Amino acid sequence: MAVSLRELGHAGPITLVGAEAHAPYQRPPLSKAYLKREATSESLSLREETFWPKQQIELRLGVRVHEVDLGRGRARTALGGELAFDRLALTTGARVRRLTLPGAELDNVLYLRSLDDADHLAAALSAAERIVVVGGGFIGLEAAAAARSKGKQVTLVEALPRLIMRAVAPVVSEFYLQAHRRRGTRIMLSEAVTHLEGREGRVTGVQLASGAFLHADLVLVGIGIVPRTELAESAGLEVRDGIVVDRCARTSDPRVVAAGDCTVFPSPMAPHDMVRLESVQNAVDQAKVAAATLMDQPSEYAATPWFWSDQDDLKLQIAGLSNGFDDVVLRGEPLEERFTAVYFQGDRLLAADCVNRAADYVTIRRALSQGATVRRDGLDDLSVPLKSLVVMP
Amino acid sequence: MTTIVYIDPDGLRHDVPAEAGSTVMAVAVKSGVPGIVAECGGSLSCASCHVYVEPEWIDVVGAAADELELEMLDGALAELEPGSRLSCQVPVTEEMDGLVVRVPADQI
Repeated sequence: MAVSLRELGHAGPITLVGAEAHAPYQRPPLSKAYLKREATSESLSLREETFWPKQQIELRLGVRVHEVDLGRGRARTALGGELAFDRLALTTGARVRRLTLPGAELDNVLYLRSLDDADHLAAALSAAERIVVVGGGFIGLEAAAAARSKGKQVTLVEALPRLIMRAVAPVVSEFYLQAHRRRGTRIMLSEAVTHLEGREGRVTGVQLASGAFLHADLVLVGIGIVPRTELAESAGLEVRDGIVVDRCARTSDPRVVAAGDCTVFPSPMAPHDMVRLESVQNAVDQAKVAAATLMDQPSEYAATPWFWSDQDDLKLQIAGLSNGFDDVVLRGEPLEERFTAVYFQGDRLLAADCVNRAADYVTIRRALSQGATVRRDGLDDLSVPLKSLVVMP
Repeated sequence: MTTIVYIDPDGLRHDVPAEAGSTVMAVAVKSGVPGIVAECGGSLSCASCHVYVEPEWIDVVGAAADELELEMLDGALAELEPGSRLSCQVPVTEEMDGLVVRVPADQI
């Protein structure tokens, strides 16, 4: 957001306030290369230190804003300081959803969202032997893969009947189940955790509703994120499982825009649906839209959503949003760990989940950005090039 | 110290000191060279770190050869040229002191 404002020519003061002590950094590697200690913390930072003063963007790190007074144009910090503003951008992100069961406060029950979390987790991981991962979404699966690559015994439990249920079709869930099992991770589906057991304040195991008990010296919880809407609420802005914004990232107050994991907004794929997109792509593209709005050069959010997840040598690239699909066509064979699932709603191309098929991913991503669709005839036949099936509008 | 020269989409030249071990993408992004977006942070999932290696430097840097990089380059918005590389896949080496790359106007 701040960078876009300067790129768009804003010459006035910009203050970027963040509760974390670190200068802005990338989160995706925290559950991938960084967790495996294959990337340094320095490599995570989004800009070198001198960038911010050169761009005259004031960074206030380790500062939590806990109240916003829109009438007076003031943001009050937790320590009682005040920041004056004419325009305000909320990019407050999300916090992890926490377990609230007995034993959830035991040591070595860990979450993964921030750099500090990742440092804590990586250290705990090296000392642990039996890991239980609670949650079969992207974070849980990526962390499970990282732990397994370090030779740990990993059991993953998921409350729903399949993995990554919120984002992929059953055939893709099934693929991941088998792929992780082939690599030695024990996966238990439709399993709810009733409580955690511990000794001397540290976790020793996970009790499941089905009766099974899992010994564990480290429990990683990845059960989703909750948008941080408190500031928006305190400022009287409309909030509904996220800060409500329009297609130009405007909140219900003209002085305030919002972008990223904290927002809920009309889907770029289906404007009647409100969505909350948890991705780097959305954070970046929505922030650009928000910056344009702040500069009084509004443009509607039109970027095609995309997402990636790296688990071992399984590279998943998702183009589009598959919500509301009524048909999935498979291209390639999941057992070969190279395939594409193409999602349709009627004749309309919605999305594709591409596992180790980058060529398909770029083709579908381009098609979606052009409003194109793909013909179904021959789509499941690898001898028919995907590009030849693209139908321009 | 190795210096990488970026010609940005407006034709402006940015001489940036680069450390061995970094990539041509990371050096650009961290110092704020315009036009290299690198949205996926170097995961070969976005194709928005596309650069054109100047012809006289293609031998030193190498043309794109890895299958995954080539597939992703196909997704780059700007036209491909012989010197097209995804800069997240170009590690900085001492031989690249003075390397000149042009940044396409369209990345994303």
